[in-house]
Amino acid sequence: MDKKTCYHCGDVCQKNAVTFDNKDFCCNGCKTVYQIFSENDLTCYYDLESAPGITPQEVKDKYAYLDTQEIAKKLLEFDDEKHQVVNLYIPSMHCSSCIWVLENLHKLQPAVVSSQVNFPKKTVRITFESAALSLKNLVLLLSSIGYEPYISLEDYTSGKKKINRQLIYKLAVAGFAFGNIMFLSFPEYLNPNENDFWLQQYAPVFRWLMFAFSIPVVFYSGWDYFVSAYKGLRAKILNIDVPIALGISVLFIRSTLDIALGLGTGYWDSLTGLIFFLLIGKFVQQRTYSFLSFERDYKSYFPIAVTRIVRTDAIQKEEIVQVYDIKKGDRILIRNQELIPVDGVLINGNAQIDYSFVTGESNPVEKQSGDTVFAGGKQLGSFLEMEALQTVEQSYLTQLWSNDAFKKDKESSFQTLTDKISQRFTLAVLSIAFLATIFWIVVDASKALHVFTAVLIIACPCALALASPFTLGNMLRIFGKKKFYLKNANVIERLAKTTMIVFDKTGTITTHSKQKISYEGESFTNTEKQIIASGLRASNHLLSRQLYDFLNINTQLTVTSFSEIVGKGIEASYKDVHIKLGSETFVKGKTDLISKQTTVHISINGNYKGYFVFLNEYRNALQKVFTKLSKWYKLVILSGDNEGEKSRLEKLVSNTVTMYFNQSPQNKLDFIKNEQQKGEHVVMIGDGLNDAGALVQSDVGLVVSEDINVFSPASDGIIDASVFKSLPSFFKTSKAAIKIIKLSFLFSFLYNITGLYFAVTGQLSPIVAAILMPLSSISVVFFTTVATNRAAKKYLK
Amino acid sequence: MSIIYLLLSISVLVAVGFFIVFIISVKKGQYDDVYTPSVRMLFEDELVKEKEPVITQSEKQN
Repeated sequence: MDKKTCYHCGDVCQKNAVTFDNKDFCCNGCKTVYQIFSENDLTCYYDLESAPGITPQEVKDKYAYLDTQEIAKKLLEFDDEKHQVVNLYIPSMHCSSCIWVLENLHKLQPAVVSSQVNFPKKTVRITFESAALSLKNLVLLLSSIGYEPYISLEDYTSGKKKINRQLIYKLAVAGFAFGNIMFLSFPEYLNPNENDFWLQQYAPVFRWLMFAFSIPVVFYSGWDYFVSAYKGLRAKILNIDVPIALGISVLFIRSTLDIALGLGTGYWDSLTGLIFFLLIGKFVQQRTYSFLSFERDYKSYFPIAVTRIVRTDAIQKEEIVQVYDIKKGDRILIRNQELIPVDGVLINGNAQIDYSFVTGESNPVEKQSGDTVFAGGKQLGSFLEMEALQTVEQSYLTQLWSNDAFKKDKESSFQTLTDKISQRFTLAVLSIAFLATIFWIVVDASKALHVFTAVLIIACPCALALASPFTLGNMLRIFGKKKFYLKNANVIERLAKTTMIVFDKTGTITTHSKQKISYEGESFTNTEKQIIASGLRASNHLLSRQLYDFLNINTQLTVTSFSEIVGKGIEASYKDVHIKLGSETFVKGKTDLISKQTTVHISINGNYKGYFVFLNEYRNALQKVFTKLSKWYKLVILSGDNEGEKSRLEKLVSNTVTMYFNQSPQNKLDFIKNEQQKGEHVVMIGDGLNDAGALVQSDVGLVVSEDINVFSPASDGIIDASVFKSLPSFFKTSKAAIKIIKLSFLFSFLYNITGLYFAVTGQLSPIVAAILMPLSSISVVFFTTVATNRAAKKYLK
Repeated sequence: MSIIYLLLSISVLVAVGFFIVFIISVKKGQYDDVYTPSVRMLFEDELVKEKEPVITQSEKQN
């Protein structure tokens, strides 16, 4: 049988399928969106891409806080009497149809003046008439067509972000000047006859024009190198920018003196070319994934405001408060899909809390009134009422962010390969320069200064400085294509130095998308199975749906009576058979099993039959990944759960891995700190907010994500769960990248030695420098690009 | 005055002109999002197609 797919979102149509307008839809939500679009002449949406839609989520009261003036004001970018502008982040945006419909919002809602999408960033900037449309209604409109914006505490606290375009300006200035200076150098380069009348007359014009062009290049584009060299020297480090800054200043001063005293043309094109190439290297390295963020803390997860219940003289009132204003003892109302912002005690309501943000555990946890609930959980089902025990910043989870590890900058404390080499390089160059000068003072003193400057000019490590940005920048792009997204090029170097890998368990080496369900107890008859299936079909609980899919029984039976007791289970009858499905206390009346595992118990006609266990499925290639990695690295698993899974894990990964259970977020951080003090280079691989501390503390923190659009804690890299199996290859490839850098260092040394020959013998004319400098740079760029592509082909398939 | 001064100043002026235009366009954010415009460009046709029948209808009514 051919499976029907939804016309709107492309999902397979199942039990909730509806047919409308001769088209199939997987659910009512999708149908509604289609209806909205077809009524507003927006069906073009479906012509651009097939099944582009997103099933809208129930939102209802979630955005009530947007009616509060102060909160709305903080989110708006612009606001005058008539118009308001808001920039919204829409994670579900994914194709050209999305762009089209979002930019045609004015057809749906005339109060929208204009809307402009930034697809790489997944944002839409909407200008609307504030009199006719409120921010809340705009958000509700977007949600109703499946494009629910994501508004978090971060939007509230951070001001407007400024885009830094400095590098582009600097690059533009350098490139512009370089190009013009090349043209202006031609007359003298191409006419070796020094006594040419025309040249003698006009050469100063060309020379001073070149001088003018080079001034902004040195003092604007190249200024960072002076700053960095100065900082390095003050910290007593000879970084790569020291010889660069030295080279730039010698080039500039020597060339200026040359033209001022009429000694020659100067090295203007070498000077500007050098800075231009160096800046290109910086630009290439600066690869950013604008749709990903590597800097998230809990603020990106937390809501801006929640509902507080205020009781004054027996009158109960609900009011919306900013989460920072929640005080100890406040009563808070958490609705369906809302996040719990503070630690507290559950007062009433059916709490089904999904902690997948925090722990990676995908099954919701049920809580009874009186239980403590921790911040970071998401309420599923109906509403709950709780009393705050802490303020937002002092909650169990958020406290983690006050740790010192979050203030440390990993990049600045890491000494790169280039920096290490440049230390020796600078010393070598300086000694060669002095030795050559002393030699020439003895032989021919008039040439001494010429040689001294020539050595410093030719030794300027342009190719050396380009080797690592181009290798790592290209590797970064290749990794990105393979769904391994790194924060910056520096991470690859740190990755290559790894000696130990620490894994989180739930959500990292287990998967959310698949669950292993097993049954323990007496078996059922066929009719019993059918009754169970039809009972499950009637229930909307997450576990019921998973169990229904697991049983995979096509049943025509309709139960005669059915009732669902929220938070407990379901009861269903068919003829004289009565079944009970649900929690242990509900089915048995008491609890025998003390287990953290998720279970669904079952009894038929009052006889207890057995229970289903929901186990997290481990990722497919886990065993292979661990065997491969264990050859090179020490492996550790740190789990926040109890030891229930220990034996199962041990079977999978045998004795290659050390395991620790019952680890709190702080424990994980401390463990890594401890290992680092022992000299290990630790890579932490985690997924939830409870790993955030460990991710920051580790040398490289990687996050495994099933869906990269969903938020992940601050890290150095995000790896798509589908490529988890290639993890060993990524480690291998980063090691290969370091080898490539070392090889290209060798390459650039060869050029430097050739150049030094000209310099030491006093033959370095501007034209030789002008040829050698770009030639060495371009060949290093060429070599690294080819070599990284080959390495990637070899290791990453 | 030799013609070379004129030629040089013209060439420098033209180059500086283009340079300034480039800087202004970067400043305005034209290079911030280099992907969406490439998709948006393709929509224009569809919009016109949709509007056409509307115009003809109103013309018929007149």
